[in-house]
Amino acid sequence: MATKKFMYLNRRSSFGTVYAIESLEVVLIAAAFEQDVSLAFMDDGVYQIVEGQETDGIGMKNFSKTFHALGDYDINKLYVSKESLEERGLSESDLMPLVYEDEDDDWEEKPSVKVVTNDELKAIMSEQDVCLSF
Amino acid sequence: MKFAIQVNEGPYQHQASDTAFQFAKAAIENGHEIFRVFFYHDGVNNASRFTLPPQDDRHVVNNWASLDIKNAEGEPELVVCVAAALRRGMLDESEASKNSIEGNNLHPAFRISGLGQLIEAGIQCDRLVVFGD
Repeated sequence: MATKKFMYLNRRSSFGTVYAIESLEVVLIAAAFEQDVSLAFMDDGVYQIVEGQETDGIGMKNFSKTFHALGDYDINKLYVSKESLEERGLSESDLMPLVYEDEDDDWEEKPSVKVVTNDELKAIMSEQDVCLSF
Repeated sequence: MKFAIQVNEGPYQHQASDTAFQFAKAAIENGHEIFRVFFYHDGVNNASRFTLPPQDDRHVVNNWASLDIKNAEGEPELVVCVAAALRRGMLDESEASKNSIEGNNLHPAFRISGLGQLIEAGIQCDRLVVFGD
C-alpha cells in the first residue's frame, strides 16, 4: 500500500466538544496503516497536550495520558503553534513531556513535541498529502 | 478525480452535511468519482432512517441516499463510523441484535464500519475533503 503524509490538525480543547478524543481515536487506528503521520495543535487545540489535566470533577474520561502512547506507535511528529501557545499565556514548559525512542539512534529517548511558528506550520501543512482537521 | 469525503457534523444543526452533499453531487455530475463518504463525530446522525423533516425542507438523509454511492460489490460507500455511531445510538440490525436492542435506525443506503475505512479512503483517493465546522 502506498505511503502518504497524513496530518491530523487539532484545533479544539480536550473537553467541551468530542472532537479531541475522536481525533485521537482516528490517529491510533491510522497507526496500523503505516503511513507517515504527524499531528498539529493550534488554536484551543494546544490545550489537548497541556500537562496535569484532571477530570474527576467533570465526569469526563481523562484521555490525555493516551498521548504518551503515541511514541510507541511511531507517531513522533507533534507540531504546536507558537502563536497559539502565546495567545493563551502558555509556553512549551506547560506541555506534557511527550517522547519517543529513536530506533536509528540506539533507541535514544527524544522529544516528540516541536513548537513551531504558524509560518513554519504552514510550510509543513503544504507538504502533506492528506490533512484531517478536527 | 477520485474523491473521498468526510462529514463531521449532523444534519440540520450545521450546514456541513448539505455542503458536502452538494459537493459530492456536483463532482459526480462532472464525471468525478466519489470513492467513499465517511460519516464521523455527529455526522453519523446523517444516516438515520427515522429522519422526518417538514415537507418544505430538504431531506438530508434521502439526499445522501439518492447519490447511490456503491462499490463494485454493490455495498454502500456511505460509511458510518462504528464507534461514533454506537455512542450516539445509531444502529444497524447487526449491532442492535449484538447488543440485545430491539429495532434499528440505520438507513439501508448506508453501512457501519470502522475508522480504518477513513484512512484507507485517504490513501486510495486523490483528495480527501473534510466537511465540518
